[in-house]
Amino acid sequence: MKLTGSEILIECLKREGVKHIFGYPGGVVLNIFDMLYEDKDLKLILTRHEQGAVHAADGYARATGKPGVVLVTSGPGATNTVTGIATASMDSVPLVVITGQVPTMLIGNDAFQEADIVGITRPCTKHNYLVKDVKDLAEVIKEAFHIASTGRPGPVLIDLPKDVTVGKTDFIWPEKVGLEGYKPKYEGNKWMINQAAHLIEKARKPVIVAGGGVIISGAYKELKELAEHTQIPVTTTLMGIGCFPETNKLSLGMPGMHGTYYANKAIQESDLLIALGMRFDDRVTSKTDSFAPNASIIHVDIDPTSIRKNVRVDIPIVGDVKRVLTDLNKALKTEIKGQWGAVRKAWLKQIDEWKKERPLTYTKSDTTIKPQYVVEKIYELTKGDAIITTEVGQNQMWAAQFFKYDVPRTFLSSGGLGTMGFGFPAAIGAQLAFPDKLVIDVAGDGSIQMNIQELATAVLNKLPVKVVILNNGFLGMVRQWQELFYGERYSYSHLDIVPDFVKLAESYGAAGLRATKPSEVEDVLKEGLFKIKKTVFMDFKVDWKEKVYPMVPAGAPIDHMLFEEDEAKEEKKKKLKVVK
Amino acid sequence: MRHTITLLVENKFGVLSRISGLFSGRGYNIESLSVGEEIDPKYSQMTIVTTGDDLIIEQITKQLNKLVDVIKVTDVTEFEHVEREMIIIKVTPKPEKKSEVLNLAGIFRGRVVDSSENTYTIEVTGDEKKIEAFIGLMKPMGIKDLVRTGKVAILREGYKK
Ligand SMILES: Cc1ncc(C[n+]2csc(CCOP(=O)(O)OP(=O)(O)O)c2C)c(N)n1
Ligand SMILES: [Mg+2]
Repeated sequence: MKLTGSEILIECLKREGVKHIFGYPGGVVLNIFDMLYEDKDLKLILTRHEQGAVHAADGYARATGKPGVVLVTSGPGATNTVTGIATASMDSVPLVVITGQVPTMLIGNDAFQEADIVGITRPCTKHNYLVKDVKDLAEVIKEAFHIASTGRPGPVLIDLPKDVTVGKTDFIWPEKVGLEGYKPKYEGNKWMINQAAHLIEKARKPVIVAGGGVIISGAYKELKELAEHTQIPVTTTLMGIGCFPETNKLSLGMPGMHGTYYANKAIQESDLLIALGMRFDDRVTSKTDSFAPNASIIHVDIDPTSIRKNVRVDIPIVGDVKRVLTDLNKALKTEIKGQWGAVRKAWLKQIDEWKKERPLTYTKSDTTIKPQYVVEKIYELTKGDAIITTEVGQNQMWAAQFFKYDVPRTFLSSGGLGTMGFGFPAAIGAQLAFPDKLVIDVAGDGSIQMNIQELATAVLNKLPVKVVILNNGFLGMVRQWQELFYGERYSYSHLDIVPDFVKLAESYGAAGLRATKPSEVEDVLKEGLFKIKKTVFMDFKVDWKEKVYPMVPAGAPIDHMLFEEDEAKEEKKKKLKVVK
Repeated sequence: MRHTITLLVENKFGVLSRISGLFSGRGYNIESLSVGEEIDPKYSQMTIVTTGDDLIIEQITKQLNKLVDVIKVTDVTEFEHVEREMIIIKVTPKPEKKSEVLNLAGIFRGRVVDSSENTYTIEVTGDEKKIEAFIGLMKPMGIKDLVRTGKVAILREGYKK
C-alpha cells in the first residue's frame, strides 16, 4: 500500500515507540500536523517556543534514557531549535528533531521561511539528514533513532521538505540499519582491562571520576561494585551526578571549579585516576598541566575522540562503561586477591580528614534567606525523592552542591553548553515522562525568564512542575565574577526589573508563592511542593551577596580554591584597616 | 608533522562539508584535499594532507572516523604508500629560454598540453619532491599561472591495514 510521507513519518515514530512529540506548527509541516489531529496514540505537546520544545524533549530523554522527539516548521521554527540541539549535543542526549523544509524545488532560492538548517546544525548534531525523496524516508527515520540512541548518544536532525510530506510511496519498514561508517564499539579491550586491574591493585591513592557516560550506559551497579569492592572513593562530575549515591561513604561529591575541596584534593594527591564516561572538561580539570600531577590515568569512554583529547592517558579503553566495568570487576575478583580494606585504610582516613577540614558549608542567617538553605530544605522535605532540573548560574551550582543525589537521572542540568532557560522546559519534559514524580526546577531569576513562556505549556498539560526561583535580582554568577575579579564593577549584571513572579504565574493559571524571610521558607516549600497539585512558581528573595564556594579561579590548579571563610577573613582585615 | 590521510566515504549529499567543517570547526589545517568517486559510485575516495603534532593527528583521525558517512580512515604516512600530485603550469619564457623549458619538461616527464606564441602550458605529475623541484626550475622562466590537484595517495600492496 502506498503511504504519504506524513503517514510514513507517523507510522515510523509509532514503531519507534514514541508517545509524545514536542513541537510547534507552521506552513511546511501542516500535512504532518493534520495527521496528528485525530491520532490517539501520538500526542503533540505544543510548547510556546521551539527552543522550549527541544529542551522539553531533552528533559524527557534525560529522565527516561529514551530519545526525545521534536517537530517544528522551517526557517525560524528550525533556527529556534539550534540552542536546544547544541545543548543536547554537548551533553550526549538522544534527540530526533524533525524540521519542515520548503519544497525541494525551492531549496536554495531563498524561499519564504527557508533556512539551511542542515548546514546550520551540522556541527551541533551527531548526524543530520535532508530527505529529498519520500522513498528514503522510512530508512532515514530508522537510522536517525539508531544513531541518536546508540554509542555516544546525541541529537539527530531530519529536514523534511513539504513535497516529501505529501509524496507517496510503498511503505517498507527497514528491520535493520545498514550504516557502514557507524559501528560503535561496546566491548572493551580485554588486555587493557587486565592492565587496568593490575594498576588498581598497585595503586595506593586511587580515585574514580564518574561522568555522564555512567548514567547513559546504566552502569550504576557495576560502579558501586567496583568502588565498594576495591574501596575506592568516587567523585561524580556535574553530568555524572546521581550515578553513585552521594550518601555513600565513598562519595566525594562533585569535582572541579565549584566541586568539593575533598574531591579536588583527592584528585590532586591521587596516584591513579579511573575516569569513567567523562571527558575531562575544563570545568573539571582547570589547567590540565597541573591536573592530577602524580596520577596514572585509566580512561574508559565509548567515544574514542574523548580519550587523549585533553589529558594524557595511560590505559585507554574504548567501550561501553557498563560492559567494561563488568569485565574489570571480574578481573579484579578472579585475578587479584587484594586486602582492599587494609590497603585503603590510610587513603580513606586522609580523605575523611579533608572532609572534616573543609566541608561544603555556608553561613546561616536569621534575617536573609540564604539560597543554599532553600536547596537544603528541599532535600530535607523531599528526602531526596525528586527530579531536580536546574537553570544555569549560581542556582545550578547550589542545586548540585546542597541536594544529595542517590539516584541516576534525577539531576538534569545543562552541563556542556550551560544554557540558561534549560531547566523549566526540561522539567516539563521530565514531568510528562513521570507524571507522579515530584519535578523541581531550581532556577535563577535571570534564567527563568529565558523560557518563562512555557508556563502555558505546563499549565495546559496539567504538569505540576515546581519552580523554585532563587531570586537575587542579579545574573548572580556573572556578578560573582565581577565582584571577585573585576573590582565589584557590576557591568550589566543587575536585572533592575524582575517581574512579580507570583502574579506572573497566576496570570498563566499557575500558583505563585513567595518567601522573603528565612522563617517562611519551609512553609512555602511545604505548600508549593506538596499541597498545591499544579504548576507552582515559588519566589525566594535570597541574599544577593551570596557567592558559590568553594571556587577554583580560572587557570589555577583545582586544589587552589577560594573559600567563604577566607573571604570573611579578608573582610575583617579590611574593616580593621578602616578602624586604624 | 605533515600527514597524508585517505578516506573512504559514502558518496552522500553534504559529506564534503561535514569533513571540511570538522577541520575548520576544530581549528585543524587542510593543506590539500582531493575527492573522486570510487569504482562503486556509492563511495568516494578522499586524500587530505594536514599538519599537526601526534596528538592532533590522532584527534583528526578519530574525529573523521566518528563521522557517520566516513567508512574508513587511513593515515598512509605510517605505511609504505604511493602519492602523486598533478600540476598544470603556464610559463612565459623568454625566446632564448624556450628550448630549456621544453628540455626540463622532458626530464620531468611533463607534457606540453598547450602552447601559444609566448607560453607553454605543461602538465607534470609526481610526488611532492618532484613537483616542488619542477616549480622551482620554472620560477626563473616566468610562471604565469599554476593549478594543482592536491595529492592523491594509495597504500602499496601488502601494506593494507
Ligand atoms: C543563554 C545564556 N546566556 C548567557 C549565559 C552566561 N551566564 C551564565 S550564568 C549567568 C547568570 C544567570 O543568572 P540567574 O539565572 O539569575 O542565576 P544566578 O546566577 O543569579 O543564580 C549568565 C548570564 C548563559 N550561561 N546562557
Ligand atoms: Mg539571579
